[in-house]
Amino acid sequence: MSVKQISIFLENKPGTLQKMTDVLSKNRINMRAISLAETKDFGIARVIVDDDYEATQVLKEENFINSLTPVLAVEIKNEVGALSKTLQVFSEGGINIEYMYSFLSVKRPEHACMIFRVTDTAKAEAYLGTHGVRLLNQDELSEM
Amino acid sequence: MAEHYFQKEIETAPYEKIREIQSEKLVHQVRRVYDNVPYYRKKMEEKGVTPDDIKSVDDLHKLPFLSKADLRDAYPYGLLGAPLKDCVRIHSTSGTTGKRVVAFYTQHDIDLWDDCAARAICAAGGTPDDVCQIAYGFGLFTGGAGLNGGSHKVGCLTVPISSGNTERQIMFIRDLNATILCCTPSYAEYLAESMKEMGLSPDDIPLKAGIFGAEAWSEEMRADIEKTLGIKAYDIYGLTELSGPGVSFECCEQNGMHVNEDHFIAEIIDPDTEEVLPDGTWGELVFTAVDKEAFPMIRYRTRDVCMLSREKCSCGRTFVKMAKPKGRTDDMLIIRGVNVFPSQIETVLINEGYAANYLLVVDRVNNTDTLDVQVEMTPEMFTDNIGEVEARQKKLENGLKNMLGIKAHVSLVAPKTIERSEGKAKRVIDNRKI
Repeated sequence: MSVKQISIFLENKPGTLQKMTDVLSKNRINMRAISLAETKDFGIARVIVDDDYEATQVLKEENFINSLTPVLAVEIKNEVGALSKTLQVFSEGGINIEYMYSFLSVKRPEHACMIFRVTDTAKAEAYLGTHGVRLLNQDELSEM
Repeated sequence: MAEHYFQKEIETAPYEKIREIQSEKLVHQVRRVYDNVPYYRKKMEEKGVTPDDIKSVDDLHKLPFLSKADLRDAYPYGLLGAPLKDCVRIHSTSGTTGKRVVAFYTQHDIDLWDDCAARAICAAGGTPDDVCQIAYGFGLFTGGAGLNGGSHKVGCLTVPISSGNTERQIMFIRDLNATILCCTPSYAEYLAESMKEMGLSPDDIPLKAGIFGAEAWSEEMRADIEKTLGIKAYDIYGLTELSGPGVSFECCEQNGMHVNEDHFIAEIIDPDTEEVLPDGTWGELVFTAVDKEAFPMIRYRTRDVCMLSREKCSCGRTFVKMAKPKGRTDDMLIIRGVNVFPSQIETVLINEGYAANYLLVVDRVNNTDTLDVQVEMTPEMFTDNIGEVEARQKKLENGLKNMLGIKAHVSLVAPKTIERSEGKAKRVIDNRKI
């Protein structure tokens, strides 16, 4: 039960990120979450939106190279120790995390959503689902 | 197999016969230039040569050179070899290197140029049954006019569409069943890219051959264009100073360009000592136009780094073959003391799976030259995994280092941000202040 994240190539120069968000804004696409990864020479924006198909199309039309990446959305309580407890399960299951970012639920502020990119998505899905970690699907994510 | 000649008798004449024609024309040409072009007469006098010293091609080496600097000094009429009333047209270079050349033509000059271009089209398989789309620029640039004249002589249905308006280009190619495309290689690459984007496969494109010139291109670029458009791509060479495209052209062997030796004598010299070098040696290409009237270049230094070969060609032509120029002595960048030709960089890019569209930015930081190669990111090269993208970038940098012998930095830029060229591509920005 992975969800789709859009990864977007960003040239390393002032204004690029704004141009990218402007494309989404003009097309009335709301971002659920965004994270930026940067190297010395370029960046990658990782975003979660409600309608990933439309977003990838409009970005492509405006010459933003992008790809869809499967990530895991995990719901955790917004309280001390919740993330640590979840990561404990990852450790026990031998699940390798490549990167992670988070956002808070608007409708249920007592919950947070963690986005995980793991090395083996299928294996992680199977393990986490049977070890008490709540994975969100695309619809549930949109409802947060 | 059909014989692809325009003027078979001369194109396949024995070498001795060609030398005889050259000698006869050269003797006459030198006399005429000496009498009519004071600028060149003065050069001959300075060198202590008179027309009587020139009895055959063997005496060519005694004559003084002409260079781009001479063209600038003599601008506009100083090298005119015929009365203006006999001239019917001019063409001019793009002046990309800041030195605009204006060349003059009599009707005789236009006719011989058209013949040369017609030979090139025939060598690429052109016949009166073909539809020849000329997507070189028309106007002062020689590209459009040259191939247009050649196409008429062959009897092709000629489409003088000029460059630009890519959608219209593709529409005409498909609607009129164009079989031969003539343009700059970078524009051919752009058209190929556009057709691929439209979802067209080589089977949807009626083209069978392309004649591409006016700028340097690599074998890798040729392979790329041939694959995408489903054609055979032929190189053509020329200079405004000598007429235009058609001074030399490729045959079915696609491994060098036959020089139209009944009109142009080719020599290779050492650019420093100015000594003539033997066949098979790389050096600066020098041309003598033996029967042009209005703009009679004698021993004109092209600045192209080239090599000549007299090996027998399977196509039957006896004209000497010149290699694809390695670059121009004035295109050549000297970075950290090393000679760098943009064509070398192009080769690496295509080998590594990138488009041949790039921009070189040369700068000097702390008294050391830096080379930044800007390359467009492609969907095939992009992944969410930063390590992988960086590894590909590193691989490209290593490839460049192996080819050039110096370190280059690769900048990945957004797609479609490097300007596509419809004429000659501008690929180098040199910010060094020396």
